[in-house]
Amino acid sequence: MNAITETGTAGLLARYDALRGTLPGDPAVRAAAARAFRSLGLPGANRGRRSEAWKYTSLAPVADMSFGIDQIADTPGHRNAGAQNLMVRAGHVLPHLSSQVPGFTRFADAPSFGMQDRLDSDPLVALNTMLAEDGAMLRVPDGVDLGLVYLVQTGIGGTSAHPRHVIRLGKGARLTLVEQSLGKGRYLQNPVFDIRVGEDAVLNHFRVLQDGDDAVNLTGITVNVAAGGQYEQLTMVAGGRITRTDIRASIDGPQALVHLDGVQLLKGTQHSDFTSVVRHAAPNCTSRQAVRSVLAGRSHGVFQGRIEVARVAQKTDGYQRSSTLLLSDDAEMDTKPELEIFADDVKCSHGATVGALDLEQLFYLRSRGIPDAEARSLLIRAFLVEALEPVSNETVRAMLEATVDRWWEKEAA
Amino acid sequence: MLDIRGLAVSINDKPILHGIDLTVPQGEVHAIMGPNGSGKSTLAYVLSGREDYAVTSGSVSFNGRDLLEMEPEERAVAGVFLAFQAPIELPGVGNANFLRTALNALRRSRGEAELDAVQFLKLARAEAKRLAMPEDMLRRNVNVGFSGGEKKRNEVLQMAILRPKLAILDETDSGLDIDALKIVADGVNALRGPDFSAVVITHHQRLLDHIVPDRVHVLSAGRVVRSGGPELAKQLEKSGYAAVQAEAA
Repeated sequence: MNAITETGTAGLLARYDALRGTLPGDPAVRAAAARAFRSLGLPGANRGRRSEAWKYTSLAPVADMSFGIDQIADTPGHRNAGAQNLMVRAGHVLPHLSSQVPGFTRFADAPSFGMQDRLDSDPLVALNTMLAEDGAMLRVPDGVDLGLVYLVQTGIGGTSAHPRHVIRLGKGARLTLVEQSLGKGRYLQNPVFDIRVGEDAVLNHFRVLQDGDDAVNLTGITVNVAAGGQYEQLTMVAGGRITRTDIRASIDGPQALVHLDGVQLLKGTQHSDFTSVVRHAAPNCTSRQAVRSVLAGRSHGVFQGRIEVARVAQKTDGYQRSSTLLLSDDAEMDTKPELEIFADDVKCSHGATVGALDLEQLFYLRSRGIPDAEARSLLIRAFLVEALEPVSNETVRAMLEATVDRWWEKEAA
Repeated sequence: MLDIRGLAVSINDKPILHGIDLTVPQGEVHAIMGPNGSGKSTLAYVLSGREDYAVTSGSVSFNGRDLLEMEPEERAVAGVFLAFQAPIELPGVGNANFLRTALNALRRSRGEAELDAVQFLKLARAEAKRLAMPEDMLRRNVNVGFSGGEKKRNEVLQMAILRPKLAILDETDSGLDIDALKIVADGVNALRGPDFSAVVITHHQRLLDHIVPDRVHVLSAGRVVRSGGPELAKQLEKSGYAAVQAEAA
């Protein structure tokens, strides 16, 4: 491992200096990204300013993290048996461990940078654009159903990962993408997804983030959905010290649907921020941003959701909800809903609830012989049922339910 | 089997029970009658382990064990079952899943093998049929959208599946029409035997026509003021609680 002595923002800039000559793609894009990152910094760390978008999240713990350059080895890690796996370790695709998925190429072989619009205002996108070395590019041709593909991202302690993933679904194409984030030690996982869902195409994007207790995961997702297309996204956070998901979805054609949902399972001093923006730029579309948070210990959950409805986007149906179950008096949830509506014939609603476990329900379960921890687990699962039950892929639903159960078993132990 | 001695209970420092003495021998069904506010439901909750009640004196032993020292789930494992007066709704928890989780928790703690979903459904469907419950009640969320009568029948279904040694029925008859009352009573009677005891709490003698008790106790202002055979219930129905209370005073 190459040692980089600086930490935090300076460490990431030093990493850029060290890698500069070897980074794939247009150096001018990298330089522009570096300028943007230098000016934005890490919000809350090393004097990086916290804009309104970072009101509830500070990256102060990143200030003394170091980002050595890892020697990438094809070491086997978590792999989903009998399935299509794309393996990414410390931001590098491991081709020998990845499945032969049709339409899959490496970002390192033919880099393409979209999302220029986020570069100057979004430090995570700027950081990724400055340092991305590799990533998965997946093109699903018109009418093709690629089934279920796992994208397994493993972080390595003492380093940072900035994978750049590009997903393109052609007309009527279908894909279920399950992103898993894992790792041990103190690392920064900073993926960026550049996604386009074609006409009448359907992308189900599930994200199961179980990063190590000392890890920081900062993900940026930009998605454009064409007429009749569907992008259904569910992020489940059950790990990491600080996690932030920042999704910008733009609905560009009529009759499209976007779900940006989150499940945050937090304990100890974990912090998770789910920030999403849906822009309705076409009429007759439906969107939902529904976040369910279960907060134990002194954890902190954040949901910032925004619906933008352009003047042309009549008959928009937008729904936004934050539901929180507090398992401790010391946990905290911040919810910030925003509506920006320029059309006059729309239906948009938002709401937030915060509550504790219902003691009457708990007593009822225990009076039937169900032990306290198991009774609480049943009620937590019941709280999450609206998020999990609609997941039609049984393999994925079982995986999400098992993640909830494992999280609770550890918390209850 | 159940031996209550000098039980005094307060809620928020307000005394509700003022020294209850009550013994229910194994295999017997005892009725507790009394006006509103006499402490009947408090007694039911205290026996099943609800936490917001403070026992200020007295003791409760169940098969020789100190019931008051046990957690609610331990009492259930020991064989205590409370049929709630107002059964709790559990949105997001399927009735079948709830019943199976409860049954398997009991089986596990008794060292018995757990039932898988298929074995359980066979058992649950048979019991539901005996109680004339529509099968979709097993698929619905626990008590959510159930009518008052359906909720009560669901309590009796749980009892039939969990097979307690001591059932406490807290006004299980309220809100039931006469047909449902018979079905519920049949459900309780089916469990009667040398290993089953019950405390049937009710306002009305009506239920006791169908579940004939071995003993009847009258509770008033937190005390047992009268005990007798099944004929006491009939007498109460005729003369009212006031007469019995006056007599006791």
